[in-house]
Amino acid sequence: MFSTAIPSRRNMRWPESSQEERMIKLTINGQSHDVDVEPDTPLLWVIRDTIGLTGTKYGCGIVQCGACTVHIDGAAVRSCGLAVSDAAGKQITTIEGLGPNGNLHKVQQAWIDNDVPQCGYCQSGMIMAVAALLKDKPKPTDADIDKALTNICRCGTYQQVRAGIHAAVANA
Amino acid sequence: MARAAGQDPYQYRRRLIGRHPQAGKFLAVLDAAAKAAGWGEPAPAGRHRGIALEEVDNAFIAAVAEISVGDDGALRVHRFVCALDPGHVVNPLTTEMQIESGVAFGLTAALYGEIGIRDGRVMQSNFHDYRMLRLAEMPKVETVLVPSGGFWGGVGEPPSAIVAPAVCNAIFAATGQRIRSLPLKNHELRKI
Repeated sequence: MFSTAIPSRRNMRWPESSQEERMIKLTINGQSHDVDVEPDTPLLWVIRDTIGLTGTKYGCGIVQCGACTVHIDGAAVRSCGLAVSDAAGKQITTIEGLGPNGNLHKVQQAWIDNDVPQCGYCQSGMIMAVAALLKDKPKPTDADIDKALTNICRCGTYQQVRAGIHAAVANA
Repeated sequence: MARAAGQDPYQYRRRLIGRHPQAGKFLAVLDAAAKAAGWGEPAPAGRHRGIALEEVDNAFIAAVAEISVGDDGALRVHRFVCALDPGHVVNPLTTEMQIESGVAFGLTAALYGEIGIRDGRVMQSNFHDYRMLRLAEMPKVETVLVPSGGFWGGVGEPPSAIVAPAVCNAIFAATGQRIRSLPLKNHELRKI
């Protein structure tokens, strides 16, 4: 489910080219963006710093913790380990675009109803991982949850996360 | 000591703490944790229990850990029952979640927490070499709140501190091994 490999740096050297050719085209939450960044920039930093969508969080930077989880073509991906050029032309969804038409996604609603978060820092990544799990497996078992949810929560909200997932399934 | 005295670890603690000036508070959490955990009834097949009792940050806390040790030595903490007297409880939900947090934090420390120094530098740098508890390893935490109305006590740190003793006592029950140093990742667990 997760892309866990850190892409190797490509050492791409820029040929003398026009600004326009350097632009990378991204589709984030249905909106197109042309960004002028190095192609091996982690997608996370383009989402946060270039586009300005700060709901996606930086945790470890080495694809361990999952705070930076986004969806790429519907699958959960840890954006700190993905080169922005590898996301070009794909459908990227961040926490800001998870809910349909600006409404809350059922996982977000379950998180509010069950008071899942504590400090909250990891929770946008956690919610993105859960939303991807429920898309694949609408009624996950506890074993499915154990396997899919490898995001780190330093507050230790794991018991509430599990309860929140079951609540989201029950309300679906 | 309970073992040397040939006594049940729960009953042994009851007798020892009986003369403490705060015996009433200690006994209230100890009895509450033992009752909620079903101490005295047999544990589910393959599981073993350990009990611990502490005063931390002016709070009184008792816990029962229910664990299994696989044939390969793999430790699994299945259930962690915590009884806490923090004096007063303002918001029970927040208190329960703080206890779950404390158990996750304490279990991370007991299982994995280790900082090494080599050539003057810390050896660990990130989550790949400084492991955290993940969701699959989280035990089912059951909380019993027994506020006595005394002076305010802590809520988050008491459960962090009681995980290692409760789990290590359960390891002794399971394997006969006494763990004298942490973290547990450095020990090979096996029945002796």
